This record gives sequence, C-alpha cells and structure tokens, in this order.
Amino acid sequence: MKRLASIAFATAMALFLQGCAGWQSALDPKGPAASELAWLIWFFTGLCAVVWVLVMAALAVPLMMRSRQHAEPLTLDASSDNRKLRVVMTAVGLTAVILVGLTLLSFFANRTLAAIGSDAALTIRVTGHQWWWEVRYEDATPSRILTTANEIHIPAGEPVRLLLTSTDVIHSFWVPSLSGKLDLIPGRMNVLDIKADKPGVYRGQCAEFCGAQHANMGTFIIAEPRAKFDAWWNDQLQPAAAPTSDEAKAGGELFLKRPCVMCHKIGGTPAGGTVAPDLTHIASRQTLAAGTLTMSRGNLAAWIADPQGVKPGAHMPVVDLSGDELNAIVAYLEALK
Amino acid sequence: MRPVVALLLFASLALAACQREERDTRPQSALGSGEQPTPVTTLEPGGQRPAPTDNKAASFEANAFHLSEGKRLFGWFNCSGCHANGGGGMGPALMDEKWIYGSSMESIHATIRDGRPNGMPSFRDKIPDDQIWELAAFVRSLSGNAPSSAAPSRNDDMMAHPSENRMPDAATLGKSP
Ligand code: HEC
Ligand code: HEC
Ligand SMILES: [Cu+2]
Repeated sequence: MKRLASIAFATAMALFLQGCAGWQSALDPKGPAASELAWLIWFFTGLCAVVWVLVMAALAVPLMMRSRQHAEPLTLDASSDNRKLRVVMTAVGLTAVILVGLTLLSFFANRTLAAIGSDAALTIRVTGHQWWWEVRYEDATPSRILTTANEIHIPAGEPVRLLLTSTDVIHSFWVPSLSGKLDLIPGRMNVLDIKADKPGVYRGQCAEFCGAQHANMGTFIIAEPRAKFDAWWNDQLQPAAAPTSDEAKAGGELFLKRPCVMCHKIGGTPAGGTVAPDLTHIASRQTLAAGTLTMSRGNLAAWIADPQGVKPGAHMPVVDLSGDELNAIVAYLEALK
Repeated sequence: MRPVVALLLFASLALAACQREERDTRPQSALGSGEQPTPVTTLEPGGQRPAPTDNKAASFEANAFHLSEGKRLFGWFNCSGCHANGGGGMGPALMDEKWIYGSSMESIHATIRDGRPNGMPSFRDKIPDDQIWELAAFVRSLSGNAPSSAAPSRNDDMMAHPSENRMPDAATLGKSP
C-alpha cells in the first residue's frame, strides 16, 4: 500500500515537473536573461525554504519539550534571560543579513540583465493591440523596414533590443524561456533586451490582463542562425506573391472589394490598412490570430468565416461571405508564403 | 418568503442594467440586414416622407458596447479624415444639431451605406452591416443624441471635444426641462 502511494506520488511529481520544460518555461531558460532569473528563483526559493524549516523547528522543539517545573515562576534568572536575548538578537541579525544579501543579489542580477543588449545590433518595435502583436524591424535603410505580426524572428546568439509600446491598453510582453516580463504602455516606450542562446521556437504570452481575449494573445520568438534570419528578412520584404490559380485570383479581387481591405495590408496590392495584422506573408507564419489557431487551410477558413466564434470579442468582425467567396479568399491567402 | 421576494426583485433590477452592456459580436441575422431604400430626392408628395424604421436601430443605439465599437471604427475607417472628430472639414460637422439627411439611426445608416451625392462615399461592401449600425449609433452620440448612460466617456488620448456622454442632450439642448 505504502509502495503504491509513493509510486503514485513520484509519478505525479514527474508529471508536475514536465510542466517546467518546453517552449514556455521560466525554469527551463534558453537565454542569458532567463538563466539569470532562473538562478535567482532557485536561490531565493532554496534560501527561504531553509529559513522556513529552521523557524518551524524552532517553534516545534519547545512545543514538544516538556516544560520544566519552576518552583517560583517569577524569580529572576539572569543567565537564562541573557541567553534568550542573545538568541533573539542573533536571529534578528541573521534576518537583516539575509534580506540585505538577497537585495544585493537581485540588484546585481538586474545589472546583468540591463547589460545584455548594450551592443544590440537589431532593434524591433513591438506594439501591443487588443489582441495581437505588431512587429516592426527597424533599419537605417527605409526600404528595409519590415512590418509583420505575432511572430518575431531573431538571430540566435545575438542580443536583440525590443522597444515596447501599445496603442490601446496596457499589455505585457513575456517570453519566459528568454527573459522576464515588461509592460507595453500606451504613450511610453519600454526597452527589453533579449538573447536566445540556441535556435528554437519560444512561446510568449501577454502577461497583463487586457480584455476579453487576453488569454489568446500569444506570440512566438523564432531564433534562427544568422544566415537563415537574413534570408527570412529578405523574403518578408518582397511584395505579396501574385495569385496563380483562377480561384486565388478571384480571391485577391474579393479581398480588395470586401471589408478586408479596410483593415489589413497586403504589400504590393492597394490593400493598405494598418489597424490589423499585415497579411503580406500570412501563410509563412506558424499560427493565426496571435497563437490561437495553427496555420492551415481549414483554420484560415474557420477564422475568416467566424472570427467571433474562434475569438469572441476580437476586433475583426464577421464578414458576410458565400461559400465560394470564402474558398476563393482562403486560396488567395494560403498562397501568400 | 419575504427575503426571497426582495432578493428576486433586487436581482431583476440588477439584470435590467445588463442591456446597456450586452455584447453581440456576431451579426444578428434575425433582425435583417437593414435593407431599406435610400431616398434619392428630397422632393416628396405632401412634403414629409414617412421615416423608415428598422429593428436593428433600437438594439444598437442605447448599447454601450456598440457605441464604443462605433467610436473605435470611426477612427479606424478614417471618417475623421473628412469630418474631423465630428467638427467637420471637407465633410459636414456631425456634432451640431443640423442634419442634411436626417438624424434618425436609419437615415445615418443609409448615409454611410449608400453615400450621399455631395461627396460622402458609399461604404456598402466595405463595412459589414452591423458595424455600419455601430457607426451610426456613435455618430448620433456626437451631437448628444445617445443616452448619456451608454455614450462613450473620456478619450484616452487628446480630447477634441467633451466626451460623448457629456454632450448636451439633443432633446432639451442641454437645458433642464
Ligand atoms: C474591422 C477590421 C477588420 C476587417 C474588416 C477584417 N479584419 Fe481580419 N483581422 C482584424 C484584426 C483586428 C485581426 C487580429 C485579431 C486578433 O488576433 O485578435 C485580424 C486578423 C486576421 C487574420 C489573422 C492574422 C494573423 O496574423 O494571425 C486573417 C487571416 C484575417 N484577419 C483575414 C481577414 C479577411 C480575409 C477579411 C475580409 C473577409 C478580414 N480579415 C477583415 C481586423 C479586421
Ligand atoms: C471623402 C470624405 C468623407 C469620408 C471619408 C467620410 N465622409 Fe461622411 N460626408 C462627407 C461629405 C462631403 C458629406 C456631405 C454629403 C452631402 O451633403 O451630400 C458627408 C455626410 C455624412 C453624413 C450626413 C450628415 C448630415 O448632416 O446628414 C454622415 C452621418 C456621415 N457623413 C458619416 C460618415 C462616417 C461615419 C464616415 C466613416 C465611415 C464618413 N462619413 C466618411 C465626406 C466624407
Ligand atoms: Cu493581455
């Protein structure tokens, strides 16, 4: 019976710890900032656990000891009083040392975090919208400035500077595997430096409640070797692929005739809306609607047919389309690699 | 027994306020698409034309959610480009008590959907019908034609005019009755 219970406990713990790895975990750091923070988390937790155990022991031991019988409880006992005083003062002193020590540790950790991006070569402007992320790559050459959404590609092993702001309410940018969180505040620019040690996909999540679809406001950091990153940037700068099939051609025309054109931009076409995600290379992304759906033809159709069913309250209205119109638009968007 | 009745009464009072906030984000096809004919002339036998009515008008005009959505879309669809923030520019002012084509929800809806001859573009296929109703409700709030309990309150950015819920009530022109 006891064996069974301990096996069950071990299995439960193993399952529980599973949650600590993967593409979104502060306990599984994949960059210098997250490593620094993970180390702090473990150190604080460990030290506080030791203090807690000691305090509990100090409480439990006297409770369990049989109290000595005093003949006269009110007699003064100078040596025992002195001992008590010394014990209490030592505890107070140790508390002060621990608190100051932890404060210093977090201070120096903060300095390390701030130094990560001091030589960042790449600056990305991330703007929070209800409920998606606008991502703009800055460049000294205006024609190389790139705007995309929800997916942030970075070169692995290089520090990257993120400039965070918002157009509506306060959001918070948090990619636990790479760094701590920082708010996106309307009218203010916050700076967050990140670095991914190795190529990989790291999930991020809005971490400040921002309305109905806060939970479905995810983002992805895709760290790639430098050459691959440069190739990606060059691809994304290209205007949208011209439709080839008749169906896709019809879809492209419909996109311009229907409400889609009021909100979305597709580079190389008259669609120039800036209030919704840029769709120039929508099919090259891995997810739809800020990590809500994986990218596929079916999900694209589901989203366009009924965005309010997928993400109720999202700022994309249901557009009345016939089945054929929907298919045509999906065929068009699906080819925008 | 008594407390239960009191509780029920209280609950029904509290729920009555929910209509203000009700959030219909899907088109209400049961209410139709608001397809009333647009008048092409002001010449009418007998003068006044009977105003068309639409079921949708009522469900949009006193609803805080639709009004604030309308406010957001007014900026998104660049109505301000021609109407400024309601003060008027190339297009007429929308925050005064003068209406060229009528102040009802139905006529403003028709204005936005079908356009008007002297330069107001038609947004028929460019804005889904429910969003046109939201815009119409918001346009009315600019001139104090929406209940102040539902109209949008202060802006987050620069205020071009008093917030919509502080506009003088159009019915009484701001004077207390
Ligand atoms: C009123 C503005 C508006 C209109 C009109 C509109 N959209 Fe959107 N669309 C949005 C917004 C806002 C989002 C982001 C929603 C979110 O993730 O919360 C979005 C998201 C999308 C996405 C997912 C983008 C991404 O990066 O994941 C696609 C695809 C899309 N819209 C296609 C369309 C098509 C096709 C139409 C026309 C039938 C259309 N939209 C009409 C505002 C609009
Ligand atoms: C290209 C400029 C332009 C844009 C953009 C525009 N309007 Fe207009 N609008 C006008 C003009 C000009 C008129 C006057 C038309 C006339 O007198 O025939 C007008 C008239 C109107 C009226 C009727 C006013 C009255 O007194 O009856 C309303 C309501 C209105 N616009 C709302 C809107 C809304 C809502 C939008 C955004 C979706 C918008 N307009 C976008 C130019 C514009
Ligand atoms: Cu959020």
